[in-house]
Amino acid sequence: MTAASSDSPTGFLHSVESGAAVDGPGMRFVFFVSGCQFRCQYCHNPDSWKLHNGRPVSLDQAMDEVRPYAGFLRIAGGVTISGGEPLMQAPFVGALFAKIKTELGLHTALDTQGFLAANVADDWFDPVDLVLLDIKQMDPAKYLALTGQPLQPTLDFARRLVRLGKKIWIRYVLVPGITDNDTDIISLVDFVLSLGSAVERVEVLPFHQMGAHKWESLGMTYPLALTPTPSAEQMRQARGLFSSRGLLVT
Amino acid sequence: MTALSQTQLSVNPWREFAGDSWKNRVDVRDFIQRNYTPYHGDASFLAGATERTLKLWQTLGELLTQERAKGVLDVSMVPTSMIAHDAGYIDRANEIIVGLQTDAPLKRAIFPNGGLRMVKGGLEAYGFKMEPKTEEIWTHYRKDHNSAVFDMYTPEILAARKSAVITGLPDAYGRGRIIGDYRRVALYGTAFLREEKQRELRDLDEAVFSEDVMRLREELSEQFRALDELRQMGAKYGFDLSRPADTAREAIQWTYLGYLAAVKEQNGAAMSIGRISTFLDIYIERDLAAGVLSEEHAQEMIDDLVIKLRIIRFLRTPEYDQLFSGDPTWVTEAIGGIGEDGRPLVTKNSYRILHTLYNVGAAPEPNLTVLWSTKLPAAFKDFCAKVSIDTSAIQYENDDIMRPYWGDDYGIACCVSAMRIGKQMQFFGARANLAKALLYAINGGVDEKSGATVAKGFAPITGDVLDYDEVIAKFDKMMDWLAKTYVKALNCIHYSHDKYAYERIEMALHDRDILRTMACGIAGLSVAADSLSAIKHAKVHVVRDDKGLAVDYKIEGDYPAYGNNDDRADDIAVWLTQTFMEKIKAQPHFYRNATPTQSVLTITSNVVYGKKTGNTPDGRRGGTPFAPGANPMNGRDVKGFVAAGASVAKLPYCSAVDGISWTASATPGALGHLPAERQRNLSNCLDAFASAGGHHVNVNVFNKDTLLDAMEHPELYPQLTVRVSGYAVNFVKLSREQQLDVISRTFHEKV
Repeated sequence: MTAASSDSPTGFLHSVESGAAVDGPGMRFVFFVSGCQFRCQYCHNPDSWKLHNGRPVSLDQAMDEVRPYAGFLRIAGGVTISGGEPLMQAPFVGALFAKIKTELGLHTALDTQGFLAANVADDWFDPVDLVLLDIKQMDPAKYLALTGQPLQPTLDFARRLVRLGKKIWIRYVLVPGITDNDTDIISLVDFVLSLGSAVERVEVLPFHQMGAHKWESLGMTYPLALTPTPSAEQMRQARGLFSSRGLLVT
Repeated sequence: MTALSQTQLSVNPWREFAGDSWKNRVDVRDFIQRNYTPYHGDASFLAGATERTLKLWQTLGELLTQERAKGVLDVSMVPTSMIAHDAGYIDRANEIIVGLQTDAPLKRAIFPNGGLRMVKGGLEAYGFKMEPKTEEIWTHYRKDHNSAVFDMYTPEILAARKSAVITGLPDAYGRGRIIGDYRRVALYGTAFLREEKQRELRDLDEAVFSEDVMRLREELSEQFRALDELRQMGAKYGFDLSRPADTAREAIQWTYLGYLAAVKEQNGAAMSIGRISTFLDIYIERDLAAGVLSEEHAQEMIDDLVIKLRIIRFLRTPEYDQLFSGDPTWVTEAIGGIGEDGRPLVTKNSYRILHTLYNVGAAPEPNLTVLWSTKLPAAFKDFCAKVSIDTSAIQYENDDIMRPYWGDDYGIACCVSAMRIGKQMQFFGARANLAKALLYAINGGVDEKSGATVAKGFAPITGDVLDYDEVIAKFDKMMDWLAKTYVKALNCIHYSHDKYAYERIEMALHDRDILRTMACGIAGLSVAADSLSAIKHAKVHVVRDDKGLAVDYKIEGDYPAYGNNDDRADDIAVWLTQTFMEKIKAQPHFYRNATPTQSVLTITSNVVYGKKTGNTPDGRRGGTPFAPGANPMNGRDVKGFVAAGASVAKLPYCSAVDGISWTASATPGALGHLPAERQRNLSNCLDAFASAGGHHVNVNVFNKDTLLDAMEHPELYPQLTVRVSGYAVNFVKLSREQQLDVISRTFHEKV
């Protein structure tokens, strides 16, 4: 399939999901775009790392995917663009958000780790209602080790979102032995509190092994193959560190 | 508890009930419309289980454990009827609503009128032996339904039945799927109903005595007699069913005894109870208002009724149970819906009956069916969603598309088939296997597994690459053959059932002049649609064996699959549904002038159908289970369940008014993070599916790990319930293959 006319950007889609309920408020139509500059050790979608592994689509083709569900999504939720890393394809994703907003009037959410956000202008965020901000570690050295990239741009992005008046949901994946240190979590709590009321909720997500087969099928060694999933008690404790400070945590 | 019969009868059992029309002639709907109280509130009024209820459920639990171990706990060798057995109890002192099929709980009855062979097979499989006298009677003096059908079948029908291109036919046991209006027993009592039947008979005194009229006259006399046997049956329990019920407790008891009479008389494939909860609410409201009943006791009575409905049993063969996954009876109760005047038919009793899933735990029976409408009260929608998420034990059917066809007093026969209660019945017709018929089109009527010629006079496709137009032309002719053979078989079955196993008590609780439908069905819709899509949009090479039989297919390229809201594939599924319905309609004769209908439903037989069908052009391996009902093929619906539901909703109800079944599964986590969010999300999805014109959906919410653990430790999960095409089953009663099928189905779990 060839996408693209000269004046509208081409996007690369990994897949779409028509009925997601944990990627923003309500029921979400999710575009999973391909391409990510991070190489997180616990990534459960390593098949989405390479931009050109995705299916090329034009803006109109992407709109055709979501349009049949607009009536439902208006009542039940909205559209989330996730990845991969959506900011890798900022022109396409920005144009798609704008079209979803103006043509369909749907609630929109961006799921990102924010590393590339400095490259886009403030008005890029105008059609974005909510940002699901993944903060993968609060300790800069551990962050670098885990993702291969520095932490600071993500923190800067969070403050910028506050300035832009955007709503934020913080996402944090609890990985035993990697992100479950209380001290690290508490410093994240402190940071989140410093962002004030912009943060509507914090999602602490349990690490799972469901992406393991993807590493295998891509012929890569999964660094966390032996990492256990966190226990219910570990999850409760980690969430407690947020909720005890007055944050809504799920 | 004191016996009900000691309650003093008040002067007028209809006191405080409004309306006149229903008092002069049988009209339960009119009674409901004039007297029910819609409830818009939430679930906070509900009462928990009483100690008595829990004790009774525990007593039964021990028996259920024994039954699970043995397969069948006990069998009464007395051929069944309404009055063949003495009164039976679980724990007499602790029962509020009484009545068992035989004289002891879980002791099954034998129904030789349906077919002696099934009785014999069932008995022997579980280590029992039929009494020689019974065998003698049903061999020498009394013919059964099963024998009559096989006297009429053609060699072609027998071949189609053997190869399973037509399958699940009710030719060896009761056809079921008839819903008596059991509420009539409570509202009118049998004396009034007998007078009505007499009047109906007298009205035919001057008619031309055609075969139809004579049959009807004989049936009306049978009905008249059956109503008196029902009264006698009630008397064994100490009740006078000749008069109307006087209290809520009596109304529940009378209604249940009406139903009990039906399941004492008929081993039906499915024995729905109808639409009783809102009807009973009227009596409960009257007693609550009079101060003679508390909410706790109202709930207790409904809990007790539901306990009774959970232990309806039939003796069937292990092969039958394998086909249908365990021991289903389909005691389907339709809940909620919207009235023709726009008022919701949701009452407090709609909540109470769903609440039994908490008070006495989840269970597959009764088959609780919510008639969903986008206009249902929001609080009720939320409650239903909560119950689904907590128990996976309810199914939803779209009241907004059924009401224009069936009004606002229809029930659901078996899994998905709507019918006006007391005014309509169906001739149950199981289903034809469209996927296999497609293979027959390719192989010229030769079965791909056995090599036998099942459909005679057809030439095979000889090319190495399948050509869409050629396949369609041959498939069209094969569907003609299939419809012809199928309807002939159904005519034999229902002619014979009326003659040798007539449902006299169920039909006594119907009007005289009713609508009869002949409920045909299709299986393998998604396999056939995807196969045609592959032939059309990719390149499908045929692999033939040394006899030239097409036994496998190699696909070059990709094809769009049904279930992704992609018209290129979904239109084929729509076309198949419409086309086969047209083929059925084109048949020259339907027994008793029945109106032909169709369902897209497999129950759990999708596993067995798959086993009997070879490799298919969609890439499915021979023997692999079909998707259940109208579901997309497992794993091919890659865009999530909203897209899958949108595809299913495209299948036109007008071409399948017997029902279109979809089973959707999700993990709790995939429905949202917080309980309230999950409820709202599920409720919104149900609204969306209903708005799109979807007909039926089973909602399963469970973790894969729970199911895997239940496979290893079934003893820990006696009540784990999962919904399959059209009904619910105890997961631990499924065969291992069926358990794996449930698990391998698309879990819409975000990865």
